[in-house]
Amino acid sequence: MIRELLVYLSYPFVRYAFIAGILIALCSSLLGVILVLKRYSYIGDGLSHVAFGAMSVALVLDLVKEKMFIILPVTIITAVLLLRHGQNTKINGDARIAMLSVGSLALGYLFMNVFKVSSNVSADVCTTLFGSTSILTLTKGEVWLCSILSLLVVVLFILMYNRIFAVTFDETFAQATGTRTDIYNLVLAIVIAVIIVLSMNLVGSLLISALVIFPAVTAMQLFKSFRNVTIASALISVVCACCGLLVAVFRGTPVGSTIVVADLVVFVIFYIIGIVRSR
Amino acid sequence: MLLDVNKLSFGYDRKEIVRNLSFTVGKGDYLCVIGENGAGKTTLIKVLLNLKKPYSGTIAFSDGLTQHEIGYLPQHTSVQKDFPATVREIVLSGCLGRLGKKFFYDEEDRKLAEESIRRMKIEDLADRCYNELSGGQQQRVLLARCLCATRKLIILDEPSTSLDYETTCEMYQLIGQLNREGIAIIMISHDLDKALDQAKHILLLENEESFFGTRDEYLENRRKARVIGND
Repeated sequence: MIRELLVYLSYPFVRYAFIAGILIALCSSLLGVILVLKRYSYIGDGLSHVAFGAMSVALVLDLVKEKMFIILPVTIITAVLLLRHGQNTKINGDARIAMLSVGSLALGYLFMNVFKVSSNVSADVCTTLFGSTSILTLTKGEVWLCSILSLLVVVLFILMYNRIFAVTFDETFAQATGTRTDIYNLVLAIVIAVIIVLSMNLVGSLLISALVIFPAVTAMQLFKSFRNVTIASALISVVCACCGLLVAVFRGTPVGSTIVVADLVVFVIFYIIGIVRSR
Repeated sequence: MLLDVNKLSFGYDRKEIVRNLSFTVGKGDYLCVIGENGAGKTTLIKVLLNLKKPYSGTIAFSDGLTQHEIGYLPQHTSVQKDFPATVREIVLSGCLGRLGKKFFYDEEDRKLAEESIRRMKIEDLADRCYNELSGGQQQRVLLARCLCATRKLIILDEPSTSLDYETTCEMYQLIGQLNREGIAIIMISHDLDKALDQAKHILLLENEESFFGTRDEYLENRRKARVIGND
């Protein structure tokens, strides 16, 4: 089996998939801890649908190569608007995210259908939603972009760790001690948007939430300190991504859903251990 | 003098609720802020902490106190029920203002955190999860965090809400002890009797005519007002 794995790994696209997959899993799990605790679990879902909408517009405009230049800015702007504490808005937070999410999903699908971009629209849509094989078709440039951005996120997270904890735990207190929480929220929004767009390649836009939420919530079943939850979440996410990728490569299953199922299995295991332990 | 507030006007939703408020807080003072609901007590705190801009007037810090060196105990911490954080992690986060350009806490910050934990007598809870603690214990943790943030001034917003009678007494004792150790206290309180018990100064917020004076002046005023009211 190891020999077989080595054969697979000799293909560059498999290596790329592993590098990108592990890095994206790492970043999204770190961010996930913040998002889950800030009660923004669903923002990943909303943003990924916005990214899907933007992508279909890019496809309709025949900007396949330059699609990142449309998807990324649109997603970032949406993230910034969503995370800004709009006290004067008439529609509150969760409703806003939900409306944006389904709205852009519908628009994207509609665009792709009305302007028949390719002969097989439903297969295209399925691919973007579930990311069935796109991680195996990454180019070298995309892998570089993905690696650099993810490493940047990880480094940023480690350097800002203490501030992240303080702001997530008690924003008012952090603000009172002179921390510019508005800047943190802005950076957070931008980073989330970047991660979402990156992970669309991995799991597709429907399953991104899983990558963000599962590791953090799984870690919270067993660990009680912020540091341990963060570390555990990162480990769980990386291990699940590896297992999912391996199974997907050997069995030919869709990459995204295999990874998410691995996350789900680990969550159930941790949940049960948590119940047993608290007895 | 730590804090000199001069002709401050503030409010919310573009409505001015307090006008021309002036008061001072000196080293080791104990000021109780009282007033009806909606009189602007919490808004005053927000203005003092620079979380909200006043409409006019000035707040001057002196005697080595800066804006960011105020310990703050919020009324309701918006802490999520399932937030995973140990007592030690939370207390240490009080050193946030001392980070400056550093990325990580150093040995000195950690020592300060341990010392604050000792002062609040929560050593045995240090590795416990914050959410497993009782209301009184949680308040102690947040007070310890305040002690990391300041050596001079702590602002408390109704520290006794949602505490039972006994824990409330304990809480006031702790605050009194900190005050005797030389930390100035500004406290919002519903609990007039408890406030009058300990406070050295009283600030009564009433939009046009707020009262600021020592506790005895306040009691005298109230007695006079009662006499007039009885006539």
